[in-house]
Amino acid sequence: MIPATFEYEKVTTVDEAIAALSNDDTKILAGGHSLIPALKLRLSRPGKLVDIGGITALKDIKEEDGEIVIGAAATHADIMYHNLIRTHLPFFTEGASTIGDIQVRNYGTIGGSIAHADPSADWPALILAADATIEVQGSSGRRGIKATEFFTGLFSTALQPNEIITAVRIPLPADGTKGTYQKFAQPASRYALVGCAVVRFADGKTNIAFTGVGENAFRDTGAEQALSGKPINDENLTAALDAALQNVDVLGDHYASVPYRRHLAKVFLRKALLEVK
Amino acid sequence: MNTRIQVTVNGVQYSHMVEPRLLLVHYLRDVLRLTGTHVGCDTSSCGACTIHVNGKATKCCTMLAVQANGCQITTIEGLSHNGDLHPLQEGFKECHGLQCGFCTPGMIMTAADLLQHNPQPTENDIRHALEGNFCRCTGYHNIVKSVLYAAEKLKEHAVVH
Repeated sequence: MIPATFEYEKVTTVDEAIAALSNDDTKILAGGHSLIPALKLRLSRPGKLVDIGGITALKDIKEEDGEIVIGAAATHADIMYHNLIRTHLPFFTEGASTIGDIQVRNYGTIGGSIAHADPSADWPALILAADATIEVQGSSGRRGIKATEFFTGLFSTALQPNEIITAVRIPLPADGTKGTYQKFAQPASRYALVGCAVVRFADGKTNIAFTGVGENAFRDTGAEQALSGKPINDENLTAALDAALQNVDVLGDHYASVPYRRHLAKVFLRKALLEVK
Repeated sequence: MNTRIQVTVNGVQYSHMVEPRLLLVHYLRDVLRLTGTHVGCDTSSCGACTIHVNGKATKCCTMLAVQANGCQITTIEGLSHNGDLHPLQEGFKECHGLQCGFCTPGMIMTAADLLQHNPQPTENDIRHALEGNFCRCTGYHNIVKSVLYAAEKLKEHAVVH
């Protein structure tokens, strides 16, 4: 499979990337592990690719102002191996290690994954559960978009055509916070047939996010309300499972039918909740 | 518009004008004639096209040749030295780690990445590391043995020198 023709420009700064985005027919190329498969299938036919792989500032992972800041061009492997992440966000380490395989993790980036917004991608659920903010920059300046407002539909996000993601910012979790990511992986691609990320804070506040289940990753507020501030015991666990996935259009495909995927999602929510108990 | 790339492949420097849409695997196979790197699924699932770019295992069916500009690349052809097989190649031969052999270059390149990070892997470590490489013949059992053989060989080598 060969992509259709396109122009190629390699940039070394974010400003150059934004300037190059002034044309609607342009796409950002980071690791390419979401975009290149789409180009090869000709699902995407941009006139030009702007390669941001050379912007080293976008690869940084650091702690800043009470937040963990992950540069958009950090690869899944960079995140998986990073001590700061292992110390403060161990469920990100765990989640990153389940993405694709080592070859994919070596090249795919967190920014690329969330900009592409594949309905089965892992990062969307993880960053939703972690109360992350997505930092973007465009011709009219910088802004932060809450993860809960970022994913708007199938492969659709709140990102404007002239904006690029520069970082993902996660508030440093307080002591006693527990998180986990439980996923049923498609055995060839390792995309999530269902993925469930749960973060349980010391005060009992519980964030629950799903990927692979609907058109886009989402927070399950019904299940969260059934548990937040309450102990995770049999009764509350059952209430959370009953409350989960209400008003959610569950996707069906040749890997998993709608009823099967709905069932799997609850199985994995249960596993996740037991993990953070 | 074609773009000039300069790459070092198995220690040899190359410079070519390429179309931006040229995939790295096709650059290696069709331009450099290094046909040990295979195209299997062509969708970054099967791992037959695994090479090392700047020392890291990469599926080069999902990489553009232009992205490799300035990079150091190692393919299966670059593993042996002066006709001596790399311990992984020897392991696959000794432990019957291949049948049809189509997946073998990718298996070996991924295993080489693993051994760089983890010189004494457990069987579980090997199975986890090779999850992005598919073999339809062997059932993986002898592939795992081959990697264990190579790890042992490399350990002996490290002791001798």
